[in-house]
Amino acid sequence: MRARPWLCGLLALVMALAAGGALAAEPIRIGLVLPLTGGSAAYGEMCLMGIRLAQAQKAQALGRPVELVLLDNKSDKVESSNAANRLIQRDKVVAILGPLSSSEALAAAPVAEAAGVPLVAAWATNPLVTQGRAYIFRTCFIDPFQGGVAANFAFNHLKAKTAAVLFDVARDYSVGLANFFKKSFASLGGQVAITAQYSEGDQDFSAQLLAIKAKNPDVIYLPGYLPEEPLLVRQARELGITAPFLSGDAAQSDELIKIGGPAVEGLYFTTHFDEGGATTAQGRMYAQAYRQAHGKAPDALGALGFDAYLLLLDALERAGSTEAPGLAKALDTTRGFAGVCGLTDIVGHDAVKPAVILQVKEGKFVFVATVNP
Amino acid sequence: MDGTQFLQQIINGLTLGSLYALIAIGYTMVYGILRLINFAHGDVLMVGCYLAWFGAVQFGLPWWAALVGSMALTALLGVLIDQGAYRPLRTAPRISALITAIGVSFFLENLGLVIFGGRPKAFERPEIFNQLYQIGELRVLSHSVWVPIITALVLAGLLWMIYRTRLGMAMRALSRDLVTVQLMGIDTNRVVAITFAIGSALAAAGGIFWAMKYPQINPLMGVLPGLKAFVAAVLGGIGNVVGAVLGGLVLGFCEIMLVALWPEMAGYRDALAFVLLIGFLLFRPTGILGQELPS
Repeated sequence: MRARPWLCGLLALVMALAAGGALAAEPIRIGLVLPLTGGSAAYGEMCLMGIRLAQAQKAQALGRPVELVLLDNKSDKVESSNAANRLIQRDKVVAILGPLSSSEALAAAPVAEAAGVPLVAAWATNPLVTQGRAYIFRTCFIDPFQGGVAANFAFNHLKAKTAAVLFDVARDYSVGLANFFKKSFASLGGQVAITAQYSEGDQDFSAQLLAIKAKNPDVIYLPGYLPEEPLLVRQARELGITAPFLSGDAAQSDELIKIGGPAVEGLYFTTHFDEGGATTAQGRMYAQAYRQAHGKAPDALGALGFDAYLLLLDALERAGSTEAPGLAKALDTTRGFAGVCGLTDIVGHDAVKPAVILQVKEGKFVFVATVNP
Repeated sequence: MDGTQFLQQIINGLTLGSLYALIAIGYTMVYGILRLINFAHGDVLMVGCYLAWFGAVQFGLPWWAALVGSMALTALLGVLIDQGAYRPLRTAPRISALITAIGVSFFLENLGLVIFGGRPKAFERPEIFNQLYQIGELRVLSHSVWVPIITALVLAGLLWMIYRTRLGMAMRALSRDLVTVQLMGIDTNRVVAITFAIGSALAAAGGIFWAMKYPQINPLMGVLPGLKAFVAAVLGGIGNVVGAVLGGLVLGFCEIMLVALWPEMAGYRDALAFVLLIGFLLFRPTGILGQELPS
């Protein structure tokens, strides 16, 4: 068989390219596990927007280009651990960013820990995620703090004496936050009149809401998630419940307002970032860049993604290499990192940073207060 | 729980049950005639919701036009699915068709994710279903009044068609013995196509009323209603349309009452549905109204 000249040419080209690639600096590969489909898809998309903005700002570390390997975990726990496995085994990543929710992070963390690959969770607020693990970190505050902020706000600002707590039993985030709120609210002198639960994927909450209505609480604490939260608040208003709702950081998404409509007006929630309460120059810069790129107000998840990416790169620079033990040490000694969400310390693998409280007013998120740790 | 509250829970159960029933009717019809558990039913429902959403939001159609248009297009989709996926397997073992149905289900879900994206979309509730009636402490949404009425009308229409028309006679005959019916000169493919068209149109209608009650749609929204409708169909006696309605109502009441009476058991609500399913399959596989299957 006669060798085809064009095939030889192509082969030579490929070889030349391969050789050229080897000469240029080898990229640093960072794995990204986000929910891009399924119930949490909105969160994944928001976070990815922030990470992309951060990458546009800084695409190099240690003089090498940074390459992001993105995997969709389908908003699923098992898929999260599969994705972490794949990133470590096949893509040989230096570190993993994500997954987002506490349940998903709790599923991926043991995989990364066993392989000794640092994992940085941007949004997983449940304390168990990093506990007792050497290679798992987070760049967001944790739920004992968030639950305390919410309880304080309910008791002192909303003047609530009695509260109902309604949480999602299928999500570690919701279960944890509900408990921390209950503890803090009780220690302030408030009374938790009723605790009710639902489960991820539920669409009908009428039975739980009726039980709450019978107790007539001053405030309803709902550490809810998409897609259940807006449905739940709508049903509450339809059943004639008028008490204000107070939620956690998972409430902050366009869908809350689009699906919730007038029913979510007045809802308060604790979260990580709002441009109205930006405390750092980085925060104000980010808000402007985000508005320019996407034509809308920045959300907390994008800001957290942005911070997590840059914090990881900062640690890589300080570590001086991509070796896991050094990187882990650099991550854990992060002090005064000027992120979008405020000055951040990493203490014992968890971030210590301020929280903000927002309220839904006329279809927009409006800044209420910043609470420092 | 006082009297008003109990009454309110009964109404909630009736609403949820009627929605399950409406979806289960289409499920059970296809099974009754083809002995095929169409696992893609829930995903056909999802497509129907998106079509209605496009009609109402993108093209500004009034809700009833969006409903009818979506039902027509979804009926067409049902016929296409039958032609493409199930007809080549008509004489194959039943398990092949069942696995194909699961494949169609995954295909539709992922196609939906690619085309519509994973973020949920808000579904508008038309004004006529959004009226709030207040009788003392009792609050009833007009949607909760309409859905049982619509379910009853659909049931009556289907019963009339199955027992009073030539098409219905052909369907009943076909459910007994496909080959013999073919020998008698009946165009079985046409009858099956019509069955799928009606079943899919009902899925679209059920889905749209579901989305009006729980006003958000996403590509995986059909999974749970589809499974619950399947449970309802088995509870009532699969293949039996009256049974499907009965099964839907029983399931809706059981779920609501579980949460109402034992709030701390709310997380086990879906589990209850499937425990009921297993229980029935073990001890009364023919369901509440089912008869022994013709051998």
